[in-house]
Amino acid sequence: MPNEIRMPKPEPAWIRVLFAIRIADFLRNPDFGLRISNQCMTERHSIFARIREALTVPAPVPGHHAGAARRSVTLPTPADHRRVLPAVGSSDGERVALFARNAAELRADFRLLEAPSELAVELQKLAAAEDWIRVASHRGALTDVACRALGLPVLLTDAPFDKVELEQCPVGISECDALIAQTGSVLVTSRSAGGRALSVLPPHHVVLARRDQLLADLPEAFALLKTRYGTDPPSMISFITGPSRTGDIERILVLGAHGPKKLTILCA
Amino acid sequence: MSTASVQFREDARRVTADLRHREIINTALNKYAVKRDEKKSLFQDYEGARQLAAETKWEAINHLDRYLDQFVRGLEARGTKVHWATTGQQARDIIVGIAKEKGVRSIVKSKAMTAEEIHLNGALEKAGFEVVESDLGEFIVQLRNEAPYHIVFPAMHLTRGEIRDTFQKKLGDAPSDNPEELTLVARRVLRQKYLQADVGITGANFAVAETGMISVTENEGNARLTAALPKTMITLLGIEKVVPRLEDLALFLPMLATVGAGQLISGYNTMYSGPRQPGEADGPEEFHVVLLDNNRTALLADAEQRDSLHCIRCGSCLNVCPIYRNVGGHTYGTTYPGPIGGVITPHLRGLQDWKHLSYASSLCGACSEACPVKIDLHHHLLQNRRNASVRKPSAWQKIAFKLFAPIANGRILWSLLTKGGRIGQVFHWLVKGTRLDPAYCWTRTRDLPPIARQSFKEWWRKRQ
Repeated sequence: MPNEIRMPKPEPAWIRVLFAIRIADFLRNPDFGLRISNQCMTERHSIFARIREALTVPAPVPGHHAGAARRSVTLPTPADHRRVLPAVGSSDGERVALFARNAAELRADFRLLEAPSELAVELQKLAAAEDWIRVASHRGALTDVACRALGLPVLLTDAPFDKVELEQCPVGISECDALIAQTGSVLVTSRSAGGRALSVLPPHHVVLARRDQLLADLPEAFALLKTRYGTDPPSMISFITGPSRTGDIERILVLGAHGPKKLTILCA
Repeated sequence: MSTASVQFREDARRVTADLRHREIINTALNKYAVKRDEKKSLFQDYEGARQLAAETKWEAINHLDRYLDQFVRGLEARGTKVHWATTGQQARDIIVGIAKEKGVRSIVKSKAMTAEEIHLNGALEKAGFEVVESDLGEFIVQLRNEAPYHIVFPAMHLTRGEIRDTFQKKLGDAPSDNPEELTLVARRVLRQKYLQADVGITGANFAVAETGMISVTENEGNARLTAALPKTMITLLGIEKVVPRLEDLALFLPMLATVGAGQLISGYNTMYSGPRQPGEADGPEEFHVVLLDNNRTALLADAEQRDSLHCIRCGSCLNVCPIYRNVGGHTYGTTYPGPIGGVITPHLRGLQDWKHLSYASSLCGACSEACPVKIDLHHHLLQNRRNASVRKPSAWQKIAFKLFAPIANGRILWSLLTKGGRIGQVFHWLVKGTRLDPAYCWTRTRDLPPIARQSFKEWWRKRQ
């Protein structure tokens, strides 16, 4: 093997041309690496400009083929929504019955208990039936009492936790913001129910709720969110309706597609 | 003829004759129709709900500049990074750029039609990332390298046997063709992907202007996991997704679920207003929202068809469309098939290349009646036909009408032809359905009803 000394090749002419162009470009328009954000701003402006230009011509009223053009409509109020949405009874008993009916159809397990003290008892029954060896939960008035009564190791999701560990927990126990009779939904947020993953990663989700958290309908739930959180809402708000489900194979219902296979709602 | 229209014709001819396909689709959609009607009947005033939904979306779209600005300001105030993309290419570059900057390898994605629209997966895979679709239906079609068949039910055209074979081949794991067991296989595979993924990509069903939130509707919990586990979350949505206020969702969530899937409300309806906030223990550290135009502003500029931006992508116009049910979702060759696809694709991708879609309709109006936000779909299909022929008149069409007009207008010529036709029909069985048949292009796949013995005019004269 001849022992040559390799000289570095001079860069080809085209690279020098590219450099020259880049330098000239920089002198003309010094961007200091801000090119992307500049481009982003211009896209924002150009999209808004196109929208405003397009909207100079008014559009026909909704629901009328070739109807007269209008400039505005009045937005419906929650009362308008209530007039068209599915009916909910006015008495407390009717609401509870409707929630129970919806939960049954959704294959959620809804248990109405006599007193808050029974939450822990009911939870102990579940723990025994499903052989829980540990649970995942968060700090809260109802969960604290219930978890203490269980006497099992608890993974708390209030502080940063290991997601693999949470994935291995057989159950996630959380509180909620509200139950909604109209749809059989449980309203949770990242603030009220132990973050984003607790209610969806373990195979069984148990919700602890107070009887006075049962609301009539969706308009009431959205009104509650506004009064409770105002301008500082939790980063995640979720309406959970039944256990995780899919119908993607021949439109046949299967529970536990990605989220919990079981949803238990204990209400006292 | 554009290549797209040639492809449409060929695929339509093949699929329409496929009786097995028709049976699968009809079984699935008939099941859906029963559930949908059951849930519709729960509404106290379903038609009233449609009108309210249409007016709410009308307000949002016709003041899009104001609501979009409010939406973006709300998001930014809580630490979300908002990006703007005029074209699909720009949106792809932005998302690939974020993934590269994070130095990630694996990406998990929940269902997003906008991502299909800009062919995001291809771009990410080309850039060296592993992208996994987490919605079960999308996961199945991704394994088969197919496009989604339907915007809500991506794997509606497949039987459990076909899905088992796909899992066997691609995952090496398919215990049986039981839907429950197949779902469990997918769950096991995808759980691992979730725990490894560094970036989660989602779409959005609604963008709430008032509070600066996106709202994601799903049944499986896959979008919930996508927004909970990875360190970076990216949401791609079209600029038309805006609704004015949070309480508008009280109407839209049940409407979407009712006509979309025959449920009163979907399993998970989740609103995200930012990345993990102070005091929260999990959720992404970074939240990026990519707003896509991709010719939506061109559609906005067409005041006559502006209401097609009201679309909430429920898929109900597909489900009731006799053409969709016979030619199938893949024949359209578009991201958005069916009547809504026929209306918007020419705006998004070019009128002359996609005008054939507006003829893929019997103009029966079932789509317009099914639409929860009252988009005037079948009239828009007619308008697309008109616009296409005004801008580029067809010589054949002109000749045909030149020939037809004197026949239709001349009493003698018309009665001669119809009477002659009736005599001709006596011998029709000799050539029916063969190449010798003068009406071959009709009779190849259809019956030709006999011409009436008496014309209306004759009948009327006798009555007088």
